[in-house]
Amino acid sequence: MIDNQVLFSWINDESTVLDLGCGDGEILKTLINKNKITGYGFEIDPHHIEKCISKGINVIEYDLNNGLQNIKSKSFDFIVMSQTLQTLNAPHTMLNEMLRIGEKCIVTFPNFGYWRTRFSLLISGRMPVTKQLRYQWYDTPNIHLFTYKDFELLCEEQNINILKKEFVGSSFSAPFRRLSANLFAQTAVYLLSSK
Amino acid sequence: MPQTEKNGDTLKRSTKTITIKKALKLSCGVSLEQHDLVYETYGHLNKAKNNAILICHALSGSHHAAGKDDNGNIGWWDNYIGPNKAIDTNKFCVVSLTNIGSCFGSTGPNTINPKTGKFWATDFPTLHVKDWVNSQKMLMDAIQIKGWIAVIGGSLGGMQVMEWSVLYPNLIKNSVIIAAALKLSAQNIAFNEIARRSIKSDENFKNGDYLNLGLNPSKGLALARMVGHITYLSDDILGRKFGRSTKNVQFESQADENSEFEIASYLNYQGDKFKKSFDANSYILITQMLDMFNFEGDSKSNKQPFKDAKCKFLVISFTSDWRFSPECSNQIVQKLMDTNKRVTYLKIESDKGHDSFLLPDERYENGLRVFLNRALEEFEALNSD
Repeated sequence: MIDNQVLFSWINDESTVLDLGCGDGEILKTLINKNKITGYGFEIDPHHIEKCISKGINVIEYDLNNGLQNIKSKSFDFIVMSQTLQTLNAPHTMLNEMLRIGEKCIVTFPNFGYWRTRFSLLISGRMPVTKQLRYQWYDTPNIHLFTYKDFELLCEEQNINILKKEFVGSSFSAPFRRLSANLFAQTAVYLLSSK
Repeated sequence: MPQTEKNGDTLKRSTKTITIKKALKLSCGVSLEQHDLVYETYGHLNKAKNNAILICHALSGSHHAAGKDDNGNIGWWDNYIGPNKAIDTNKFCVVSLTNIGSCFGSTGPNTINPKTGKFWATDFPTLHVKDWVNSQKMLMDAIQIKGWIAVIGGSLGGMQVMEWSVLYPNLIKNSVIIAAALKLSAQNIAFNEIARRSIKSDENFKNGDYLNLGLNPSKGLALARMVGHITYLSDDILGRKFGRSTKNVQFESQADENSEFEIASYLNYQGDKFKKSFDANSYILITQMLDMFNFEGDSKSNKQPFKDAKCKFLVISFTSDWRFSPECSNQIVQKLMDTNKRVTYLKIESDKGHDSFLLPDERYENGLRVFLNRALEEFEALNSD
């Protein structure tokens, strides 16, 4: 995925990384092989955890909604959270915790302002079900949907520094993203630090 | 013993007794000039002698971990050790021993002290978890194993695994710590004290000299086990298994004439079974060893107990375990992460309490299997370089 390519390019070699919601461990595996990082993944899904173990990833079974208070401040160079922020009970609290335990954070999330999502709601009058957001409203793990503008507003309110950002989507929509990222970006990738 | 059979579905089990002729210096200062260890092996040691796994038993375990012994008894961890099981004896050579101080043939309170010609009984020196590990290291050398691809244990077994990881960091590639804790809680110690007092208040205990007098404090030992047994199970599983049912056909016991509830006859049965198989002095000795175990040290000292470890770790807990709860395992994981050790942690959903570590569970089995297979792959990749 292109958002992962962006993420890989932002992580320094030989740094320490904590991947929150690490899924099947592919991001960590690539980072270990290419960037020589060391680190851990937190994950709650048993099938994903088993896949991580078979890849030799350090995976910790953990429910992120329990918070990160046991982890010491500035324990990691990078905290990564890919496509997970929108599934948490308290995304704003989590962002602050991530910035406490890591020097920098990389967050990726589905941009609810993407035109297909907007179009779907506009035309059908129902909550959008798209390739990226493939669940019905009642069973979706994505309980906090937001656009990248919403996200930047939150960063401002919480005194979070946006060091870099990148909007990704299909290649044909690339020229349009320059016109309106919020309309044409499926996924937003942010590099953050505390102020 | 010639081991020519190929991989298959039958377990290759062998039981041996070895006398370690080197002195074992114990943590308490006393030295055991020599000691006997009874051990079983399952599967084959490969040519490079690097596919060996050590199994560390818990409070009442023994060398007999897998397969059927001559009396038809099935090993205490037979659910997990065997051909094609999570600890696959077609791939690994598994070693399981009875540790010193216990009562299944290895040197302990119920064996003869060569200096006096009488049972060791209470003369047997105080033991620490480290002493078991040092004795296991002597066994490893004696049977010419170069190191362990994994050391695995649950409960008190997990505590031995922790000690292995730092006492012999170059001899162990993977540590599997199941349902264990960095140290016992006040509640854990309290239950152990009830067990000890129950044994000591049996009129046949005779200050621990009962074996030399031909007696057995079996009432006290049974009661001790009954108390312990409750802490191994969860309220949920007791509720489901027995509830308030009063039918009384399943378990036979001499002590249950008055018992009305199934749970009562079950506990009496467990106590009676145990009093015939376990030695009271061993029970006291090993529960004391558990109480004294403190891998973390003073919590204010900020000691990093895993600092010297080099191996990978797999930590496993069970949601309904209230003897060594998932929180205890979290603390182990936290200590490992504090010093950047390679660790994987599984929290298995189970309603069976502390005993879950002995019982079949698909997720637990798969996790262990996948971790050990990965360990083998990594080791082979390393050796082929």
